[in-house]
Amino acid sequence: MSFTWMAWTLPTALFFITILVLLCGMAIWEYVSPGGNPRVGVLRFETTRGDRLFLSLLGSAFIHLAWLGLVGPNLWWALALSVVYAVGVFRYV
Amino acid sequence: MEKTWNNKAWFLVLPVLVLVAFSAVIPLMTVVNYSVQDTFGNNVFFWAGTEWFEELLSSDRFWQAMVRNLVFSFIILAIEIPLGIFIALNMPKKGWGVPVCLVLMALPLLIPWNVVGTIWQVFGRGDIGLLGYSLRSLGFDYNYVNDPYDAWVTVILMDVWHWTSLVVLLCYAGLVSIPDAYYQAAKIDGASRWAIFRYIQLPKMNRVLLIAVLLRFMDSFMIYTEPFVVTGGGPGNSTTFLSIDLVKIAIGQFDLGPAAAMSIVYFLIVLLMSWVFYTVMTNYDSGQ
Repeated sequence: MSFTWMAWTLPTALFFITILVLLCGMAIWEYVSPGGNPRVGVLRFETTRGDRLFLSLLGSAFIHLAWLGLVGPNLWWALALSVVYAVGVFRYV
Repeated sequence: MEKTWNNKAWFLVLPVLVLVAFSAVIPLMTVVNYSVQDTFGNNVFFWAGTEWFEELLSSDRFWQAMVRNLVFSFIILAIEIPLGIFIALNMPKKGWGVPVCLVLMALPLLIPWNVVGTIWQVFGRGDIGLLGYSLRSLGFDYNYVNDPYDAWVTVILMDVWHWTSLVVLLCYAGLVSIPDAYYQAAKIDGASRWAIFRYIQLPKMNRVLLIAVLLRFMDSFMIYTEPFVVTGGGPGNSTTFLSIDLVKIAIGQFDLGPAAAMSIVYFLIVLLMSWVFYTVMTNYDSGQ
Protein backbone atom coordinates (compact mmCIF):
# COMPACT_ATOMS: atom_id res chain seq x y z
CA MET A 1 0.00 0.00 0.00
CA SER A 2 1.63 3.21 -1.15
CA PHE A 3 1.06 6.53 0.56
CA THR A 4 3.02 8.67 -1.89
CA TRP A 5 -0.22 10.32 -3.02
CA MET A 6 -0.38 11.89 0.44
CA ALA A 7 2.78 13.85 -0.44
CA TRP A 8 4.56 13.19 2.86
CA THR A 9 7.49 15.31 3.97
CA LEU A 10 9.74 14.86 7.00
CA PRO A 11 8.51 18.01 8.84
CA THR A 12 4.82 17.12 8.39
CA ALA A 13 5.50 13.50 9.40
CA LEU A 14 7.27 14.75 12.55
CA PHE A 15 4.32 17.06 13.24
CA PHE A 16 1.81 14.21 13.08
CA ILE A 17 4.07 11.85 15.05
CA THR A 18 4.21 14.51 17.79
CA ILE A 19 0.40 14.72 17.85
CA LEU A 20 0.20 10.91 17.96
CA VAL A 21 2.72 10.75 20.81
CA LEU A 22 0.69 13.37 22.70
CA LEU A 23 -2.51 11.35 22.21
CA CYS A 24 -0.81 8.12 23.30
CA GLY A 25 0.58 9.96 26.32
CA MET A 26 -2.92 11.17 27.19
CA ALA A 27 -4.27 7.61 26.81
CA ILE A 28 -1.62 6.26 29.17
CA TRP A 29 -2.30 9.09 31.62
CA GLU A 30 -6.01 8.24 31.48
CA TYR A 31 -5.24 4.55 32.06
CA VAL A 32 -3.08 5.35 35.09
CA SER A 33 -5.43 8.00 36.46
CA PRO A 34 -8.94 7.49 35.05
CA GLY A 35 -11.66 10.15 35.06
CA GLY A 36 -9.93 12.94 33.12
CA ASN A 37 -9.18 15.01 36.24
CA PRO A 38 -12.13 17.40 35.82
CA ARG A 39 -11.83 20.80 37.52
CA VAL A 40 -13.04 24.37 37.25
CA GLY A 41 -10.25 26.76 36.31
CA VAL A 42 -9.94 30.35 35.14
CA LEU A 43 -12.54 29.84 32.41
CA ARG A 44 -15.11 29.21 35.17
CA PHE A 45 -16.37 25.94 33.71
CA GLU A 46 -15.35 22.35 34.11
CA THR A 47 -12.57 21.04 31.88
CA THR A 48 -10.91 17.64 31.67
CA ARG A 49 -7.30 17.09 30.67
CA GLY A 50 -8.54 16.17 27.16
CA ASP A 51 -10.20 19.62 26.93
CA ARG A 52 -6.94 21.18 28.07
CA LEU A 53 -4.96 19.36 25.36
CA PHE A 54 -7.50 20.42 22.73
CA LEU A 55 -7.30 24.05 23.90
CA SER A 56 -3.50 23.89 23.92
CA LEU A 57 -3.30 22.53 20.37
CA LEU A 58 -5.94 24.87 18.96
CA GLY A 59 -4.43 27.87 20.71
CA SER A 60 -0.96 26.91 19.50
CA ALA A 61 -2.22 26.78 15.92
CA PHE A 62 -3.58 30.33 16.23
CA ILE A 63 -0.39 31.53 17.96
CA HIS A 64 1.65 30.22 15.01
CA LEU A 65 -0.71 31.81 12.47
CA ALA A 66 -0.68 35.14 14.32
CA TRP A 67 3.12 35.06 14.52
CA LEU A 68 3.34 34.27 10.82
CA GLY A 69 0.98 37.11 9.90
CA LEU A 70 2.27 39.74 12.30
CA VAL A 71 5.97 38.98 12.89
CA GLY A 72 7.47 36.74 10.21
CA PRO A 73 8.31 33.23 9.06
CA ASN A 74 10.73 32.36 11.89
CA LEU A 75 8.38 30.26 14.01
CA TRP A 76 10.71 29.10 16.81
CA TRP A 77 9.56 31.89 19.11
CA ALA A 78 5.95 31.04 18.26
CA LEU A 79 6.69 27.45 19.25
CA ALA A 80 8.22 28.59 22.54
CA LEU A 81 5.22 30.83 23.19
CA SER A 82 2.89 27.91 22.42
CA VAL A 83 4.69 25.67 24.93
CA VAL A 84 4.34 28.38 27.59
CA TYR A 85 0.68 28.77 26.65
CA ALA A 86 0.09 24.98 26.86
CA VAL A 87 1.75 24.82 30.29
CA GLY A 88 -0.50 27.70 31.37
CA VAL A 89 -3.59 25.92 30.05
CA PHE A 90 -2.74 22.67 31.84
CA ARG A 91 -1.93 24.56 35.04
CA TYR A 92 -4.76 27.12 35.26
CA VAL A 93 -7.65 26.17 32.92
CA MET B 1 -20.25 3.69 46.45
CA GLU B 2 -17.11 4.07 44.39
CA LYS B 3 -17.56 4.44 40.67
CA THR B 4 -16.14 1.61 38.54
CA TRP B 5 -13.90 2.59 35.65
CA ASN B 6 -13.46 0.08 32.86
CA ASN B 7 -11.26 1.38 30.07
CA LYS B 8 -11.88 -1.72 27.95
CA ALA B 9 -15.09 -0.02 26.82
CA TRP B 10 -12.90 2.22 24.63
CA PHE B 11 -12.47 -0.74 22.25
CA LEU B 12 -16.12 -0.26 21.31
CA VAL B 13 -15.15 3.08 19.78
CA LEU B 14 -12.58 1.49 17.45
CA PRO B 15 -14.92 0.97 14.42
CA VAL B 16 -15.85 4.66 14.51
CA LEU B 17 -12.20 5.61 14.79
CA VAL B 18 -11.37 3.57 11.68
CA LEU B 19 -14.25 5.18 9.78
CA VAL B 20 -13.24 8.70 10.85
CA ALA B 21 -9.62 7.96 9.97
CA PHE B 22 -10.54 7.19 6.38
CA SER B 23 -13.16 9.89 5.93
CA ALA B 24 -11.51 12.74 7.84
CA VAL B 25 -8.08 12.16 9.37
CA ILE B 26 -6.24 10.87 6.28
CA PRO B 27 -7.69 13.57 3.97
CA LEU B 28 -6.84 16.21 6.60
CA MET B 29 -3.26 14.91 6.86
CA THR B 30 -2.98 15.09 3.08
CA VAL B 31 -4.20 18.69 3.11
CA VAL B 32 -1.57 19.55 5.75
CA ASN B 33 1.08 17.93 3.55
CA TYR B 34 -0.11 19.89 0.51
CA SER B 35 -0.14 23.16 2.44
CA VAL B 36 3.65 23.23 2.78
CA GLN B 37 4.41 22.20 -0.80
CA ASP B 38 3.85 23.25 -4.38
CA THR B 39 2.87 21.00 -7.26
CA PHE B 40 2.37 21.25 -11.00
CA GLY B 41 0.57 17.91 -11.12
CA ASN B 42 1.77 14.39 -11.85
CA ASN B 43 2.24 13.82 -8.09
CA VAL B 44 5.51 15.81 -8.05
CA PHE B 45 5.85 18.17 -5.08
CA PHE B 46 8.31 20.91 -4.10
CA TRP B 47 8.86 22.12 -0.56
CA ALA B 48 7.40 25.60 0.04
CA GLY B 49 7.47 25.83 3.84
CA THR B 50 5.16 28.47 5.28
CA GLU B 51 5.01 30.46 2.04
CA TRP B 52 1.33 29.73 1.31
CA PHE B 53 0.29 30.64 4.82
CA GLU B 54 2.19 33.95 4.66
CA GLU B 55 0.65 34.68 1.27
CA LEU B 56 -2.82 33.84 2.57
CA LEU B 57 -2.58 35.94 5.73
CA SER B 58 -1.50 38.98 3.75
CA SER B 59 -4.04 38.39 0.97
CA ASP B 60 -6.82 40.97 0.59
CA ARG B 61 -8.83 38.41 -1.35
CA PHE B 62 -8.92 36.02 1.62
CA TRP B 63 -9.85 38.69 4.19
CA GLN B 64 -12.52 40.14 1.90
CA ALA B 65 -14.09 36.69 1.48
CA MET B 66 -13.91 36.22 5.26
CA VAL B 67 -15.64 39.57 5.91
CA ARG B 68 -18.31 38.77 3.29
CA ASN B 69 -18.91 35.40 4.95
CA LEU B 70 -19.19 36.89 8.45
CA VAL B 71 -21.52 39.67 7.23
CA PHE B 72 -23.67 37.07 5.45
CA SER B 73 -23.85 34.86 8.57
CA PHE B 74 -24.70 37.86 10.75
CA ILE B 75 -27.48 39.05 8.40
CA ILE B 76 -29.14 35.65 8.02
CA LEU B 77 -29.00 35.04 11.79
CA ALA B 78 -30.50 38.50 12.42
CA ILE B 79 -33.37 37.63 10.08
CA GLU B 80 -33.92 33.90 10.58
CA ILE B 81 -33.86 33.72 14.37
CA PRO B 82 -36.51 36.43 15.11
CA LEU B 83 -38.57 35.35 12.10
CA GLY B 84 -38.40 31.69 13.19
CA ILE B 85 -39.51 32.60 16.71
CA PHE B 86 -42.35 34.75 15.37
CA ILE B 87 -43.66 31.99 13.07
CA ALA B 88 -43.33 29.32 15.79
CA LEU B 89 -45.28 31.50 18.23
CA ASN B 90 -48.09 31.88 15.72
CA MET B 91 -48.31 28.25 14.65
CA PRO B 92 -51.33 26.28 15.92
CA LYS B 93 -50.68 24.18 19.02
CA LYS B 94 -53.54 21.73 18.47
CA GLY B 95 -55.97 20.56 15.78
CA TRP B 96 -55.56 19.71 12.11
CA GLY B 97 -53.44 22.80 11.48
CA VAL B 98 -50.49 21.31 13.38
CA PRO B 99 -49.52 18.54 10.91
CA VAL B 100 -50.26 20.82 7.94
CA CYS B 101 -47.95 23.54 9.28
CA LEU B 102 -45.25 21.06 10.24
CA VAL B 103 -45.23 19.49 6.78
CA LEU B 104 -45.20 22.91 5.10
CA MET B 105 -42.31 23.97 7.32
CA ALA B 106 -40.36 20.79 6.64
CA LEU B 107 -40.71 21.06 2.83
CA PRO B 108 -37.90 23.56 2.14
CA LEU B 109 -35.54 21.50 4.31
CA LEU B 110 -36.12 18.43 2.14
CA ILE B 111 -35.04 20.10 -1.08
CA PRO B 112 -31.40 19.47 -2.10
CA TRP B 113 -29.18 22.55 -1.95
CA ASN B 114 -28.36 22.64 -5.66
CA VAL B 115 -32.07 22.40 -6.48
CA VAL B 116 -32.77 25.34 -4.15
CA GLY B 117 -30.09 27.28 -6.03
CA THR B 118 -31.64 26.41 -9.38
CA ILE B 119 -35.14 27.34 -8.18
CA TRP B 120 -33.95 30.78 -7.07
CA GLN B 121 -31.84 31.24 -10.17
CA VAL B 122 -34.96 30.88 -12.29
CA PHE B 123 -37.19 32.67 -9.74
CA GLY B 124 -34.98 35.76 -9.85
CA ARG B 125 -34.68 36.04 -13.63
CA GLY B 126 -36.14 39.24 -15.03
CA ASP B 127 -37.57 37.63 -18.18
CA ILE B 128 -39.24 34.46 -16.89
CA GLY B 129 -38.78 34.39 -13.09
CA LEU B 130 -41.75 35.27 -10.88
CA LEU B 131 -39.66 37.38 -8.49
CA GLY B 132 -37.53 39.11 -11.11
CA TYR B 133 -40.41 39.74 -13.50
CA SER B 134 -42.72 41.02 -10.74
CA LEU B 135 -40.09 43.39 -9.34
CA ARG B 136 -39.36 44.75 -12.82
CA SER B 137 -43.07 45.18 -13.49
CA LEU B 138 -43.29 47.23 -10.29
CA GLY B 139 -40.53 49.49 -11.60
CA PHE B 140 -37.54 48.12 -9.69
CA ASP B 141 -34.33 47.76 -11.66
CA TYR B 142 -33.71 44.28 -10.26
CA ASN B 143 -30.92 42.24 -11.84
CA TYR B 144 -29.00 39.83 -9.61
CA VAL B 145 -26.60 38.96 -12.43
CA ASN B 146 -25.18 42.47 -12.79
CA ASP B 147 -25.96 44.25 -9.54
CA PRO B 148 -24.03 43.16 -6.38
CA TYR B 149 -26.74 44.56 -4.10
CA ASP B 150 -29.45 42.54 -5.90
CA ALA B 151 -27.23 39.46 -5.82
CA TRP B 152 -26.85 39.79 -2.04
CA VAL B 153 -30.59 40.31 -1.56
CA THR B 154 -31.31 37.20 -3.66
CA VAL B 155 -28.79 35.01 -1.82
CA ILE B 156 -30.07 36.20 1.58
CA LEU B 157 -33.73 35.70 0.60
CA MET B 158 -32.88 32.24 -0.67
CA ASP B 159 -31.17 31.27 2.57
CA VAL B 160 -34.03 32.70 4.64
CA TRP B 161 -36.55 30.76 2.54
CA HIS B 162 -34.53 27.55 2.80
CA TRP B 163 -33.51 27.57 6.45
CA THR B 164 -35.97 29.63 8.53
CA SER B 165 -38.08 26.47 8.77
CA LEU B 166 -35.34 24.81 10.77
CA VAL B 167 -35.46 27.59 13.35
CA VAL B 168 -39.27 27.41 13.34
CA LEU B 169 -39.32 23.66 13.96
CA LEU B 170 -36.75 23.90 16.75
CA CYS B 171 -38.60 26.78 18.43
CA TYR B 172 -41.92 25.02 18.01
CA ALA B 173 -40.49 21.91 19.71
CA GLY B 174 -39.38 24.14 22.58
CA LEU B 175 -42.77 25.85 22.80
CA VAL B 176 -44.93 22.70 22.86
CA SER B 177 -42.80 21.29 25.68
CA ILE B 178 -43.94 24.10 28.03
CA PRO B 179 -46.55 22.69 30.47
CA ASP B 180 -49.97 24.39 30.50
CA ALA B 181 -49.55 25.16 34.19
CA TYR B 182 -47.13 27.98 33.31
CA TYR B 183 -49.71 29.67 31.07
CA GLN B 184 -52.45 29.18 33.66
CA ALA B 185 -50.29 30.79 36.35
CA ALA B 186 -49.52 33.68 33.99
CA LYS B 187 -53.24 34.11 33.27
CA ILE B 188 -54.08 34.22 37.00
CA ASP B 189 -51.38 36.88 37.47
CA GLY B 190 -52.81 38.84 34.54
CA ALA B 191 -49.55 38.70 32.61
CA SER B 192 -49.43 40.49 29.26
CA ARG B 193 -48.61 38.71 25.99
CA TRP B 194 -45.14 40.24 26.08
CA ALA B 195 -44.58 39.15 29.71
CA ILE B 196 -45.56 35.57 28.82
CA PHE B 197 -43.08 35.61 25.95
CA ARG B 198 -40.30 37.26 27.95
CA TYR B 199 -40.58 35.26 31.19
CA ILE B 200 -42.02 31.88 30.09
CA GLN B 201 -41.59 31.15 26.40
CA LEU B 202 -38.17 32.70 25.72
CA PRO B 203 -36.41 31.08 28.72
CA LYS B 204 -37.93 27.72 27.77
CA MET B 205 -36.71 28.15 24.19
CA ASN B 206 -33.18 29.13 25.21
CA ARG B 207 -31.63 25.76 24.57
CA VAL B 208 -33.23 25.14 21.17
CA LEU B 209 -32.39 28.70 20.16
CA LEU B 210 -28.76 28.08 21.03
CA ILE B 211 -28.82 24.96 18.85
CA ALA B 212 -30.50 26.94 16.06
CA VAL B 213 -27.89 29.71 16.23
CA LEU B 214 -25.08 27.15 16.25
CA LEU B 215 -26.45 25.18 13.29
CA ARG B 216 -27.33 28.24 11.22
CA PHE B 217 -24.03 29.98 11.92
CA MET B 218 -21.91 26.96 11.03
CA ASP B 219 -24.01 26.19 7.95
CA SER B 220 -23.95 29.76 6.69
CA PHE B 221 -20.24 30.10 7.42
CA MET B 222 -19.59 27.06 5.23
CA ILE B 223 -22.22 27.83 2.59
CA TYR B 224 -21.25 26.89 -0.95
CA THR B 225 -23.82 25.25 -3.20
CA GLU B 226 -26.75 27.70 -3.22
CA PRO B 227 -24.82 30.96 -3.90
CA PHE B 228 -22.55 29.11 -6.32
CA VAL B 229 -25.53 27.92 -8.37
CA VAL B 230 -27.31 31.30 -8.28
CA THR B 231 -24.51 33.82 -8.69
CA GLY B 232 -21.32 31.78 -9.16
CA GLY B 233 -19.73 34.14 -6.62
CA GLY B 234 -20.49 37.22 -8.72
CA PRO B 235 -21.07 39.79 -9.99
CA GLY B 236 -17.31 40.29 -9.71
CA ASN B 237 -16.48 38.79 -6.34
CA SER B 238 -19.42 40.28 -4.48
CA THR B 239 -20.91 36.96 -3.34
CA THR B 240 -17.68 34.98 -3.26
CA PHE B 241 -17.71 33.44 0.19
CA LEU B 242 -14.80 31.52 1.70
CA SER B 243 -15.84 28.10 0.39
CA ILE B 244 -16.48 29.42 -3.14
CA ASP B 245 -13.09 31.14 -3.13
CA LEU B 246 -11.47 27.95 -1.86
CA VAL B 247 -12.93 25.88 -4.69
CA LYS B 248 -11.89 28.52 -7.23
CA ILE B 249 -8.29 28.33 -5.97
CA ALA B 250 -8.18 24.53 -5.66
CA ILE B 251 -10.07 23.42 -8.75
CA GLY B 252 -10.30 26.52 -10.94
CA GLN B 253 -6.66 27.54 -10.65
CA PHE B 254 -5.31 24.13 -9.51
CA ASP B 255 -3.23 25.92 -6.83
CA LEU B 256 -3.32 23.00 -4.41
CA GLY B 257 -0.75 24.43 -1.97
CA PRO B 258 -2.49 27.81 -1.39
CA ALA B 259 -5.89 26.06 -1.34
CA ALA B 260 -4.64 23.61 1.29
CA ALA B 261 -3.28 26.46 3.43
CA MET B 262 -6.62 28.24 3.14
CA SER B 263 -8.48 25.02 4.04
CA ILE B 264 -6.46 24.66 7.21
CA VAL B 265 -7.07 28.25 8.34
CA TYR B 266 -10.77 27.87 7.47
CA PHE B 267 -10.90 24.56 9.38
CA LEU B 268 -9.25 26.10 12.44
CA ILE B 269 -11.76 28.96 12.50
CA VAL B 270 -14.69 26.52 12.20
CA LEU B 271 -13.14 24.33 14.91
CA LEU B 272 -12.74 27.32 17.24
CA MET B 273 -16.32 28.45 16.71
CA SER B 274 -17.66 24.91 17.17
CA TRP B 275 -15.77 24.65 20.44
CA VAL B 276 -17.13 27.99 21.67
CA PHE B 277 -20.71 27.02 20.82
CA TYR B 278 -20.30 23.51 22.23
CA THR B 279 -18.89 24.88 25.45
CA VAL B 280 -21.69 27.41 25.80
CA MET B 281 -24.29 24.68 25.17
CA THR B 282 -22.84 22.10 27.55
CA ASN B 283 -22.32 24.68 30.29
CA TYR B 284 -25.82 25.94 29.81
CA ASP B 285 -26.99 22.33 30.37
CA SER B 286 -24.97 21.92 33.53
CA GLY B 287 -26.15 25.36 34.69
CA GLN B 288 -29.72 24.15 34.32
